[in-house]
Amino acid sequence: MNQNQDDHWLVRPASIRLLWKLFWAVLAITVALQIFIEVKGYFGVDGWIGFGAAFGFGSCVAMVIVAKGLGYLLKRDQNYYRAEADDD
Amino acid sequence: MTEFLPPALILIVAAFLIGPTRGVLRHAVILGAPLITLWAIWQVPNGVVTTVQFLDYTIEPVEGSELRRWFATIFGLMTFVGGLYAFRQAKWYELAAGFAYAAGAIGVCFAGDLITLFLFWEFMALFSTVIVWSGGTAAARAAGIRYAIMHLLGGIVLKVGIEGVVVHTGSIDIQPMLATNIDTWLILIGILINAAAPPVSAWLADAYPESSPTGSVFLSAYTTKTAVLALILLFPGEPVLIGVGLYMIMYGIIYALLENDARRILAYSIVNQVGFMVCAVGIGSQMAINGAAAHAFAHIIYKALLFMSAGVVIYRTGKSKCTDLGGLFRTMPITTICGIIGALSISSFPLTSGFTTKTMISTAATDEGMLLVYFLLTAASAGVFLHAGIKFPWFVFFQKDSGMRPKDAPWNMSAAMIIFSALCIFMGVYPESFYGYLPYDVNFEPYKAGKVLFYLQLLLFSGLAFFLFLPLMKRTLTISLDFDWFWRVFLYRAGKLAVEVGTEFRDAFGHRWRRVSSAYVDKLRYYFGQSGMDNRRGMFASAWPIGATALWIAVLLSTYIVVHYL
Repeated sequence: MNQNQDDHWLVRPASIRLLWKLFWAVLAITVALQIFIEVKGYFGVDGWIGFGAAFGFGSCVAMVIVAKGLGYLLKRDQNYYRAEADDD
Repeated sequence: MTEFLPPALILIVAAFLIGPTRGVLRHAVILGAPLITLWAIWQVPNGVVTTVQFLDYTIEPVEGSELRRWFATIFGLMTFVGGLYAFRQAKWYELAAGFAYAAGAIGVCFAGDLITLFLFWEFMALFSTVIVWSGGTAAARAAGIRYAIMHLLGGIVLKVGIEGVVVHTGSIDIQPMLATNIDTWLILIGILINAAAPPVSAWLADAYPESSPTGSVFLSAYTTKTAVLALILLFPGEPVLIGVGLYMIMYGIIYALLENDARRILAYSIVNQVGFMVCAVGIGSQMAINGAAAHAFAHIIYKALLFMSAGVVIYRTGKSKCTDLGGLFRTMPITTICGIIGALSISSFPLTSGFTTKTMISTAATDEGMLLVYFLLTAASAGVFLHAGIKFPWFVFFQKDSGMRPKDAPWNMSAAMIIFSALCIFMGVYPESFYGYLPYDVNFEPYKAGKVLFYLQLLLFSGLAFFLFLPLMKRTLTISLDFDWFWRVFLYRAGKLAVEVGTEFRDAFGHRWRRVSSAYVDKLRYYFGQSGMDNRRGMFASAWPIGATALWIAVLLSTYIVVHYL
């Protein structure tokens, strides 16, 4: 949907590729900085290098997957309750 | 006993004035009354200010303390900025209800006894229901009725609990207690219903998104946060609250991830954020209570900001589903930027208000050595960025191009959003400016290089997870079942089944019953009504001659005298 050349800078494929590169670079820097800045671990393990990164990424992946799984159980059509009331 | 204005009263008067006034005068009431209220809030000294005798009780309608003024201040501020956001677009009765609702919240803040607290509590329930109804659609009417039932039920539970405490202890004072007997449990449950705790969390995401674009801004602020204040006043350090809070945090994240409606995403994230505060009250240390109070303040600002940006989108496009939205950043730069600032604040990004308040709560958990609580809170912080921090702005303003090119916000809505955005950043950059107003002395340094780095890693890698797993989060035209299924569907079906069984029963035994009943009806008609061929009146229905009546009275009286002397 970004075929238009005159479309906004943000949605052009080239700029999206650039943003991804920048994002990866920033991610790498935040982990690398831990060599110079000590993160005080309250419980030991949370002071390890890259713990924040791994913990953030891991818990988000877990939440997305749990949500996806629960979705199969809990998701209903958006007119579910309306259909129930119109049943009679 | 000094002559001064109860702050809640000012807003109640203003709510009455909004209806009859017109034009500039009405605007002056809407914008002026909250400012006068804020001034009055800061005139309330510590301790009980006014007392009234009611029955055997000494009612204390106004009692001040740092904590009470702190919550009242944010409610007052919210009323001002909310009024600015809404005054040109909202219907007058929605605004009037909004002001009365805010008055209820401020009344709860200064309530010195349980009876006053309860009265203002119900006041809020009534007028917030009116705001839900002001949505004006059939869905809003139905959601409003469900909302009212839930809150009136919660009110009854709270009232029974309060009466139990009054009867058993003889005191109506608001003082810290623990849930140790049935009375205190009922009070706790009554308050938690307003905090959208499980299993009734569903009322919030059910009702708020059905209100008007302006109404949801008001709704997002008061009910759950007065519940947090009540918990701080009555149940600090109640261990049950830690578990309840953690459940709410996770519930909010999971349901928001499944949700398609933009405002419903924000509604679920209210439950999530209030979960942080409830958990903090459960921890109960001075640091935790400070954290809960500070976070409530910051939360009202950025959550209202998020609802404002969603409200502008709905006001301009008439759509609220992620599947219909996208690409709006092109023509709505102010709304987009303000929405992003709100989203970063809720995710507690460094330099925003969320960072300087929410991290107090996790620090409190570490100070108390609660390893599991700390790690769950940290995981939840990552999850907040996932479900609200990125998901909301991404699906509303970026994502695909929906083809819509709506205008940006009207000037008053922009002004309201800019004020709150500025406050989000101000509180993030100058936390010492407000730490002095918290209930306890703050011994907390928010910005330490290591901590900032830790949170940057945590949040940025959550962002990475979002974009890598985007295909898994494809929006679908669905809603998610919740505990309210049990009363909205299960009980409904059970009721319908009962009616069907009853009908069967009547059809089977009906003729016999009708024969018995019609005999009774005939008798009744014979004595009390008109019946027969000549339409003759029954003995008790007809007019009697005066002589006969006098005779009967004489007989009755003489019988009475005889019986008396026997």
